Amino acid sequence: MGHLEFDVAHLFAGGLVLVSFMLLYQDRLYALLNVFALQAVVLALSVAWQAYVHDAPHLYVTAAIALIFKAIVIPVALHRIIARLGIHREVENVVSIGPTMLAGMGLVALSMVVMLRVTTDAYPLAREDLAFALSVVLLGLLMMVTRNNAVSQIVGFMSLENGLILAATGAKGMPIVVEISVAFSVLIAFIVIGTLLFRIRERFDTVDVEALDRFQGERR
Amino acid sequence: MIFDLAIQNAQMLLVLLLAPLLTGFVRKVKARLLRRRGPPLLQPYRDLLRLLRKEVVLAENASWLFRVSPYLIFATTWVAASLVPTFGTGLLFSWSADLIAIIALLGTARFFLVLAGMDVGTSFGGIGASREAMIATLAEPAMMMIVFTIALLAGSTQLSSLAGFMLSSGVGLRVSAGLALVALVMVGIAENARIPIDNPATHLELTMVHEAMVLEYSGRHLALIELAAALKLLLYMSLIACMFFPWGLAPPDARTGAQLQGFAAYLIKLAAGGFLLGLFETMVAKMRIFRISEFLGAALMLGLLGMLLLFVSRSL
Repeated sequence: MGHLEFDVAHLFAGGLVLVSFMLLYQDRLYALLNVFALQAVVLALSVAWQAYVHDAPHLYVTAAIALIFKAIVIPVALHRIIARLGIHREVENVVSIGPTMLAGMGLVALSMVVMLRVTTDAYPLAREDLAFALSVVLLGLLMMVTRNNAVSQIVGFMSLENGLILAATGAKGMPIVVEISVAFSVLIAFIVIGTLLFRIRERFDTVDVEALDRFQGERR
Repeated sequence: MIFDLAIQNAQMLLVLLLAPLLTGFVRKVKARLLRRRGPPLLQPYRDLLRLLRKEVVLAENASWLFRVSPYLIFATTWVAASLVPTFGTGLLFSWSADLIAIIALLGTARFFLVLAGMDVGTSFGGIGASREAMIATLAEPAMMMIVFTIALLAGSTQLSSLAGFMLSSGVGLRVSAGLALVALVMVGIAENARIPIDNPATHLELTMVHEAMVLEYSGRHLALIELAAALKLLLYMSLIACMFFPWGLAPPDARTGAQLQGFAAYLIKLAAGGFLLGLFETMVAKMRIFRISEFLGAALMLGLLGMLLLFVSRSL
């Protein structure tokens, strides 16, 4: 593999981590969705480039799935949910941005140290993909932990799944059946969470999940 | 040796002469984008001349520090600006043109500016000084991260060899360098008191930072401080041009033709930088003072991320 191929793959995978940080940085919901769509586009580009480098046509399917579902369908649907819930002006953070960013840097450093140590005899591109994928996954988890709003938590969950796809790409792709079933399970999870959102909203008049902590069940 | 000395002197004069022009150009671009006519390009020179001719008014309780500071600020900024290669790398003092030395020089200038702001004891000076110190404590770690990233990439903190490395074909496509560039632009905006951080054109008491500190200055002192601010803007643009866009930079032992070519390239780079700065400043609104930490925190984070990515690509 030439120098340029590796550099471009590095660029896209690094871009994915950077966009994860942008997700952490955004505190407005619409901007969050736009950045999430951007992350899906970067992911699709990264997967498509590795399909080209590895000469693995089935990875193009993965890229197309990422582009259609993650970059178009889910952001548009979330946009409509936010508009219907009327929460597009809400700004929320449990932890403020500065400490979150520092925690994120720590997680990225951790995943680099772990992954680069563990995978010493793997293929360079796979090692790099695994290191970046673990950081994207951890950043998605961090996003779910630091947010109150259920919509941001969904976005965190979806960005976590983007990291999984990147990891799978590094291992030259999963079997196509697994690929498609993962994509659809994410979509179904999205539908379930979307329904749940409206239920939470109906019950508590808010999508702040802190309301759930105080809820003790029906007292009779 | 003699030739290097001539080039170094030419560069010192060049940065001094071009700095007000760049400030005037940015103002002109901003005015034109707002469909105003704007002051002529040479207005900053006229302002400086006018200030130089005027008499100095000192506050009664101003100490010697207040009188010495403008000269110190101007001298350190000028030295720093003339160390950055602008049109050619064959400078006599290029062995000392170290990125860390340049940051230290700028830090010294800022230290004296903050002291001078507090010297007279007016409340505005104090506000400006404390805000400037806050911005500095946030901007400097970010700047150091950028320097570390670039130095690890190029294997040197010396600007002329850095530019040489960036010109060579061994650079390839580097994510880290791109991140460092974005972070450096953010730090440069903060350091030069440009719009999302501070508005250089306002004297509104709640928002000003740089202007609040120099409020007590007049006459030739004010002229020197304004010239130092213009030099600092030029310095950051030359730094970005030299580290990330070194095309057209004349090599150390180039003849006059290559030097002139480098000079033309430098003018084009400055014009492009000035235009982009003006465009950016018209597009964004000024931030609240307490959001600056987020802005500069993002710069610090980009620098850190760039360094981490560099370690990944190195260890493979």
